[in-house]
Amino acid sequence: MSDIFSKLQDAFQLPVVRYALIVGLLIALCSSLLGVTLVMKRFSFIGDGLSHVAFGAMAVATVTGITNNMLIIMPVTIVSAVLLLRTGNNTKIKGDAAVAMISVGALALGYMLMNIAARNGTGRTSGNVTADVCSTLFGSTAILTLKPADVWICIVMSIVVVSVFLVFYNKIFAVTFDESFAKATGIRSDMYNLLIAVVIAVIIVIAMNFVGSLLISALIIFPALSAMRVFKSFRSVIICSVIISLLCAFSGIIISILAETPVGSTIVSADITVFFVFCIISAVLKRGK
Amino acid sequence: MGALLKCENVSLGYEGDVITKDLNFTVSSGDYLCIVGENGSGKSTLIKALLGLRAPLDGKVELCGEVGKNEIGYLPQQTMVQRDFPASVREIVLSGCMNRCGLRPFYNNEEKKLAHDMMRRLEIEPLTKRCYRELSGGQQQRVLLARALCAARKMILLDEPVTGLDPKATNEMYELIDSLNKKDGITVIMVSHDMNAAVRYASHILHIGRKQLFFGTKEDYMTSKIGQAFISVMGGEDNE
Repeated sequence: MSDIFSKLQDAFQLPVVRYALIVGLLIALCSSLLGVTLVMKRFSFIGDGLSHVAFGAMAVATVTGITNNMLIIMPVTIVSAVLLLRTGNNTKIKGDAAVAMISVGALALGYMLMNIAARNGTGRTSGNVTADVCSTLFGSTAILTLKPADVWICIVMSIVVVSVFLVFYNKIFAVTFDESFAKATGIRSDMYNLLIAVVIAVIIVIAMNFVGSLLISALIIFPALSAMRVFKSFRSVIICSVIISLLCAFSGIIISILAETPVGSTIVSADITVFFVFCIISAVLKRGK
Repeated sequence: MGALLKCENVSLGYEGDVITKDLNFTVSSGDYLCIVGENGSGKSTLIKALLGLRAPLDGKVELCGEVGKNEIGYLPQQTMVQRDFPASVREIVLSGCMNRCGLRPFYNNEEKKLAHDMMRRLEIEPLTKRCYRELSGGQQQRVLLARALCAARKMILLDEPVTGLDPKATNEMYELIDSLNKKDGITVIMVSHDMNAAVRYASHILHIGRKQLFFGTKEDYMTSKIGQAFISVMGGEDNE
């Protein structure tokens, strides 16, 4: 036991570990807020598609050697979010087919670009393409890659996401619960859909460095699904999913330090465990009635 | 009593298939309009067009004069809401007050009181904290009506409001809508299969089929040929 403590104590001496904890908790907070909306509006696929787009954008950023990846990734992802939402509403092109097309296309192009760049030695590719791609998809294997600038970007973005969510909380509920009623009674639901999509894009981009683009959807959706098993009002579900998400991120980070496992997948594993626990709780509650 | 809503040469349909056409009518403030017609004649589609949820194929639907888009309540036909949505009754009824908020992010006390009054009026007060998805069909219908009432300041559109209600609840629902119209002066537009209720409560009738078959006051409708024919077929029993 004291072994574990001293190991943790040593780890938290390092600023990078503290950065990782801050960033991890902030990402967990932001990503859990919109989970319910994403699940109930059948937007989960958009979240997944966007993370692939973000991967493609990341590849382009790496190849061109721009110092700050965010400059490319953020606008590209936001624009894709808007476009995906448009096609989702368009009956002529099937929304899910469009998402599949864009996301797989972005993955393929991104991987190809990184390979070509590595062979020609351009950009900031390290020559070890497999490691590069792996860390972009599944998050950094170690959490030691965060710089203070990343932490600040993350803090600012989290403040923006949380305040947007709080300010528009009631409107997000109205639009999520019954969009046609909201629209019929004079609420500009298209605008709020757009807002939701943009916020999701922002969350995906800030979470990407940490947990990797393939695992972000899990971070967004699992806490919400777990909370929905047990809680019954919108507000309690959201509060519960925030708590679940924070706990899972915290324990995931600690475990990954101790067991030297990759951060992203450790956090997601914690989320999966909680999901099953909540499934059992809900089954027990139902039987108790 | 000015006009609130105008339909000019409206035709409705899906992707080029016309369901109904040549709709010309005006709804004035204080009216109680009942839209009747056979199944598939486009009644629900018309309601959606009036609300601006669906564009008409041709012609124009106009809200005019004193009613703003955020002063309208709407009771959708069935619960198109997803089945496993986690939301309490209170949260749903309150969301009907959303269109009063404008840019203000949160509900004020007045709106909370209004939501509470509506819940009391519809006798769903004991359910306040219950989860919507666990309620019976009739209870869900009341919750949605309470929400619609919160949103309705000048006009309310109801699409088959009594579906899934037992006879007692059906009567109460009609009485409630009637008092809303007579006492609170809210303009009512209702789609109904129930001809008895239509001729009992409405002030105006719109009968649609492939085209507009009749529009006018209830009294004129009951003496018209089409009206008498339709009442003899549809009336007498609750025809679903």
